[in-house]
Amino acid sequence: MSTTVRTPETHDCRVAFADELIALAERDERIVAVCNDSVGSSNLVAFRDRFPDRLINVGIAEQDMVGVGAGLALSGYVPFVCGAAPFLTGRALEQIKADVAYGQAPVVLCGMSPGLAYGELGPTHHSIEDLSWLRAVAGLGVVVPADPEQTREAVRWAASAATPVFLRVGRFRVPSVTPPGTRFEFGVAQELRPGDDVSIVAIGSTVSRALSAAELLAVRGIQARVINMATVAPLDEECVRRAAGQTRGIVTVEEATITGGLGAAVGEVNLRQARPVPMRMLGSRREFAPTGDTAYLLEHFGLTAGHIAAAAAELA
Amino acid sequence: MLVADPTGAAAWRRFREELAAADRPGRARLLSVRADRLRANDIRMINRAGLGHVGGDMSVLDILTTLVFGVLAIDPERPDLPDRDRLVLSKGHSAGALYATLAAAGFFAEAELDTFAQPLSALNGHPNRVKVPGVETNTGPLGHGLPVAVGMAVAGVLAGSARRVFVVLGDGELQEGSNWEAAMTAGHRKLGNLTAIVDRNRLQQGARTEDTVTLEPLADKWAAFGWNVIELDGHDHLALYEALGTRYPLPTCVIARTVKGKGISFMEDRVEWHHKVPSGEQVATALHELEEQQV
Repeated sequence: MSTTVRTPETHDCRVAFADELIALAERDERIVAVCNDSVGSSNLVAFRDRFPDRLINVGIAEQDMVGVGAGLALSGYVPFVCGAAPFLTGRALEQIKADVAYGQAPVVLCGMSPGLAYGELGPTHHSIEDLSWLRAVAGLGVVVPADPEQTREAVRWAASAATPVFLRVGRFRVPSVTPPGTRFEFGVAQELRPGDDVSIVAIGSTVSRALSAAELLAVRGIQARVINMATVAPLDEECVRRAAGQTRGIVTVEEATITGGLGAAVGEVNLRQARPVPMRMLGSRREFAPTGDTAYLLEHFGLTAGHIAAAAAELA
Repeated sequence: MLVADPTGAAAWRRFREELAAADRPGRARLLSVRADRLRANDIRMINRAGLGHVGGDMSVLDILTTLVFGVLAIDPERPDLPDRDRLVLSKGHSAGALYATLAAAGFFAEAELDTFAQPLSALNGHPNRVKVPGVETNTGPLGHGLPVAVGMAVAGVLAGSARRVFVVLGDGELQEGSNWEAAMTAGHRKLGNLTAIVDRNRLQQGARTEDTVTLEPLADKWAAFGWNVIELDGHDHLALYEALGTRYPLPTCVIARTVKGKGISFMEDRVEWHHKVPSGEQVATALHELEEQQV
């Protein structure tokens, strides 16, 4: 007798990102890509081959890259400024704040391979602070798609949004979680699973894990509501208020530091309720990661279905 | 967002016509008188507000005047024209000089200058494109203008437009590495539609540039990055007008030798006038000196 283990198909969201960008660029001449030598790692090879003049590679120069993006946006173009998330957001933070957000330059900042995606390359290459520092910047949308379908939708939205936005494009392979035909709505969370005992609010790579956690909890008779909070800023506050009002606790899960990111955002809304509910915030905690691949580090920081289920069970 | 002042714009248009028709000495005279009037407006504005960067404003005003009143293909009443020339003031702390210039050109009413730095004024201590027509990008932190200007120049090439991009840089801010990232990009792409003007007054906030971090040989640096370099007297209106009015096949850096506090005897080349505020008595002396110069 043999046992069949079924593993869901997983995807690198950069593929959907690049496919959609090329499809949009075919129809809209205003769309250009700007990158910091990251033609390969931002998956822009096909874009470059199709539109050689519309890929502006400034070399290894992130401050210049974001400034150039702002200049293009202020001249009527729709620049997708692509670089590895740690360098794009860390190196060019002041350009993101002053040139893009304060100047209201409608640049689409594409943070590639975010979170712990670069695993063994270490904390210099991890982007776990991006959500914290970008959420503090006024006027900047922060969007973290959960799978290829949502990445595609978010790219399509961003191309016509005419507003400064940061798009976190995942490299770590994830299964599909978005129900077919679901549109991306900026600032609106998606409730992927109903439940009235406890709420799990997840983003990006952690959404599929939250769904798996809900299945583990269901076996124990706990009904967990699973929310994909793809827009971290501005936050869907009404969704958080419902979770606080209708369930007994909220677990947030992010492939990022919890000092200022999704958990903090949800917590700020929860604390303003007349009766805030207890919370658990899962993510890294002001700790540089040890050596290990991404899967190992997600386990290390307690971001597996088992960890999420255990945290939720404490609140249910 | 402030709105255009049709009277000011009409006066600006008449000035442009007069300038185009004038002979070379006449042209220099027109720009010189105009620049000194802007100096006076700026000094009054800084005194009223109790803040500003008067030294750098005085050093950059001949450059700004020559661009806005002589060179740029713009229309103050239509500040969003897609094919307008772009002016980026990277040294955003000279906002006072920019506001005085834009107001005189009719981008907004000169009466607005009275609100400089007051609560809720559109005229912040550093320029905001969302509120002030004629401001092309928000500046203030140093080393931001050149990368944005490079993006604007790339956009001009992509669009097949003849428009030009001018960016005014402080010399001290060239210590920011982002400038040299952008200089490399512009040199590599041979952006002939881009002109950077360095307000080379040789002073930064705390001391002389060369006593802080050496910038020289500055012309060699730009040339090494693939730029065409022109050195001139940044208070010689005719030299500015002719150098800036010319199109070049390569990105061009105009190193404009200037004097911080130019035109006011007690401010000239003195580091403390970076952001010191002149008293009422000092304003009177300054205005008197500016008038004397034009007699």
